[in-house]
Amino acid sequence: MTTLLVNGEMRTVNDVDMSTPLLWVLRDHLGLAGTKYGCGIAQCGACTVHVNGTPMRSCSVPLAAVVGQAITTIEGLGKDGKLHPLQQAWIDHDVPQCGYCQAGQLMSAAALLKQHPKPTDADIDDAMSGNLCRCGTYQRIRAAIHDAAEKMGGAK
Amino acid sequence: MNALQHSVGVSAARGNDDARIRELMCQVLGESQLISRRSFLSIAGTAASGLVLAFYMNDSVAADSSTSKQFAPNAYLNIATDGVITIYSVGPELGQGIKTAYALIVAEELDARWSDVHVEQAPIDESLYGWQGAGGSTSIPRNWTVLRQAGAVARSLLVSAAAKKWNTTADVCHAKESRVYCNDGRSIDFAALADDAALLPVPDAKAIKLKDRKDYTLFGKRYTGVDNLKVVTGQPLFGIDTVLPNMLHAVYQKCPAFGGTVKSANLDEIRNLPGVKDAFVIDGNGQATELLAGVAIVADSTWTAFKARQQLQVEWDETHASTDGWQHFVQQASDIARQPGKETTGNKGDVDAVFSRMASPQGRMVDAFYSYPFISHATLEPQNCTAWYHDGIMELWVPSQNATQAVKLVATLLDMPAANVRVHQTRVGGGFGRRLMNDYVCEAAMIARRVAAPVKLTWTREDDMTHDFYRVGGFHAFRGAVDDHGKLVAWQDHFITFTADGRKPVSGGDLSADEFPGPLLSNFRLAQTLIPSGTPCGPLRAPRSNAVAFVIQSFIHELAHAANRDHVEFLLEIMGEPRWLKPGNPYALNTGRAAGVIRLAAEKGEWGKSLPKGHGRGIAFHFSHQAHVAVVVELSVTASKQVKVHHVTVAADVGPIINLSGAEAQAQGAVVDGLSMMAAQQITMQDGRVQQQNFDHYTLLRMPQAPAVDVHFIQSEFSPTGLGEPALPPLIPAVCNAIFAANGERVRTLPLSKSGYTVV
Repeated sequence: MTTLLVNGEMRTVNDVDMSTPLLWVLRDHLGLAGTKYGCGIAQCGACTVHVNGTPMRSCSVPLAAVVGQAITTIEGLGKDGKLHPLQQAWIDHDVPQCGYCQAGQLMSAAALLKQHPKPTDADIDDAMSGNLCRCGTYQRIRAAIHDAAEKMGGAK
Repeated sequence: MNALQHSVGVSAARGNDDARIRELMCQVLGESQLISRRSFLSIAGTAASGLVLAFYMNDSVAADSSTSKQFAPNAYLNIATDGVITIYSVGPELGQGIKTAYALIVAEELDARWSDVHVEQAPIDESLYGWQGAGGSTSIPRNWTVLRQAGAVARSLLVSAAAKKWNTTADVCHAKESRVYCNDGRSIDFAALADDAALLPVPDAKAIKLKDRKDYTLFGKRYTGVDNLKVVTGQPLFGIDTVLPNMLHAVYQKCPAFGGTVKSANLDEIRNLPGVKDAFVIDGNGQATELLAGVAIVADSTWTAFKARQQLQVEWDETHASTDGWQHFVQQASDIARQPGKETTGNKGDVDAVFSRMASPQGRMVDAFYSYPFISHATLEPQNCTAWYHDGIMELWVPSQNATQAVKLVATLLDMPAANVRVHQTRVGGGFGRRLMNDYVCEAAMIARRVAAPVKLTWTREDDMTHDFYRVGGFHAFRGAVDDHGKLVAWQDHFITFTADGRKPVSGGDLSADEFPGPLLSNFRLAQTLIPSGTPCGPLRAPRSNAVAFVIQSFIHELAHAANRDHVEFLLEIMGEPRWLKPGNPYALNTGRAAGVIRLAAEKGEWGKSLPKGHGRGIAFHFSHQAHVAVVVELSVTASKQVKVHHVTVAADVGPIINLSGAEAQAQGAVVDGLSMMAAQQITMQDGRVQQQNFDHYTLLRMPQAPAVDVHFIQSEFSPTGLGEPALPPLIPAVCNAIFAANGERVRTLPLSKSGYTVV
């Protein structure tokens, strides 16, 4: 039995090999399917989650490495039943097309805004370049990040 | 059943485009999957109270409506007495925004308040809905009339119900924002009328006047996608997110060389691995679009199955497998290009006579050899399917673009009645044409047939990239001539493409003499030579167009340059007088609409305005998928061949816009996709095996490389057409033409990386 801290809750999994990538623990064992499989080699970013606040490609992080660490997935990005401002901005800017990459995009963007509450375009390029969008929504992602950053700043 | 049921045959008043759409979809689907007639029926007292309109697309079903078994789950729109208007989207959502657009079309004619609308995915049922797929950018034009009629019929019933309630006549009542108003000031919600409306006779849809363009209240504004909240909160929407009780997980290993079969495999060893439930060989039927031979491993989790596969050892029989090699193809094509084409597919005037006149030292004749590679769809959601065989029924959860066909394929493959194959349409994590094929569905069904539990088959990225239906590569040997007035006077294209059967080109490898600029020239020759290939090919976003626009619109620019003409002026001259080449046929070029988008793109893209050194502007036009689109690209190129695309302007005429946000998104995405495919994407084969396996060697454009894109629409009086594909093709030559403008080098080989360029 292995215990994990996911989205603020202690979760246990049984009979899971410690080498199993966190991605598959989340998807197959914890029922958290928002984190997506895209490549399995940390190239596409669809599986991005936060481990202690840092964005990580969960397809390439073994279970053994995250025991005792605070894991946040897309399902835990909003707090207290409210959307994260980025999630709202994604809706306002109609960012998703197929939507498959967007959980990973949002997790990378959320980590960016923690580091850089007012990111420049260069900051966005830097933070988001590990996340592929096959549909090509980059322009709207950029606009939505700027919008969310502004709104979060305004709430301070 | 307490309902009054009425069926009124409504032959959907389709435009002249019907024949061409049918032809197009038949290529993909086969005639039998298409339907010609649709009927509306009102059914009340079924699933919920209120007004339920089902639509039927098949006369025999409509005639048999009183038996009712088709009624209940197939409602097309449903107005509940609590005011919620549920609209069922009959096609798959793959990112093209159809779930939102379809609902808007119904809601516009219904005069619904958009916030009252809730959209559900319609069940897959060919007897009720006909073909439920997405392809050829036809979703909007195929359903434009019937969806408006569905909304209009419902609105008419609601207005009649109100008139009856008020003891007045319908002509003094009208609907607006989910309410019916009477001229005398009375008004009532749709919700309060739903039960009454359900009891009224359904009017003939053709007799109901559809709205004039000026009366649209919903169309043309920006709407966020109806499922965006679920997407951004990570809800399980996609095929790969399917979970069923006691579900097992499968992988399927096919021969790396297409068409190889299994000689032997270490199945006993695999079965003994931890978590593995079974491992077995599937012989397949040799059809890449259905079921190729391979080894299935079924395990208790995805990762267990992936890990077990690393231990799998298969001895393949490659007697009949592909032996394709890209380098060999390139050599073959370069030899063939020196000879005349094997088959002449278009010939007008006398190109040879013109060429001999124009072969002067002034250089008015231009020869050029172009090539482009095979490429892969690389949908971000890998192919997957969940299958559960129980009680003689095969139930499937599928992210397909072509679920209707999946039912038939599986039924045939497993020798089951189609009625016992039930397909659940999920959201689709990218289509781009890949999921018109249902090979992965056949695999999942065949695996599930042997397993006493639901099974989810997940392809790895490597499976996905090495077992695709690729955009076929190709080669063009051009010769063109301009006269001493700088006018294009002759055009010859020897197109070297691939064949699987030795007779006709593979999917996406065909080119018609009707393609621009053929019909506009007096001297034109198109010849074709086929190279045999064993690599499966299929439609990829704007099939054919995504390749031929590059070569044709680049070569046009070469000729404009040879004639010392402004490119825009040269293009407009070729278009000539505004005319529709085949009046009424939306698949035929309309030179007036073409000139319109060329002028708009030039204006918005600041054509002719001076640029700093190292910068260049390029333009290209392409007509495909019933859409006229022109693109202007502004970029810069460094001495070390780093290309930065600064700005892209898209001008498109697809008739009226339904969801402006969705329309702009398709054009923006097409630009990124086009730049992505031309930058560095190439699938190469060696010994029949695809050499690229994952995103490390097959790259997609990333955020820093993505340009700003402005989109402009000419909302002409024509019926609306689709935008999933047609904005992509002209982007590629526009970039190449801009590179030429920046540094004087002509790109004739894609991807750009082959010519030493890096897109930054």
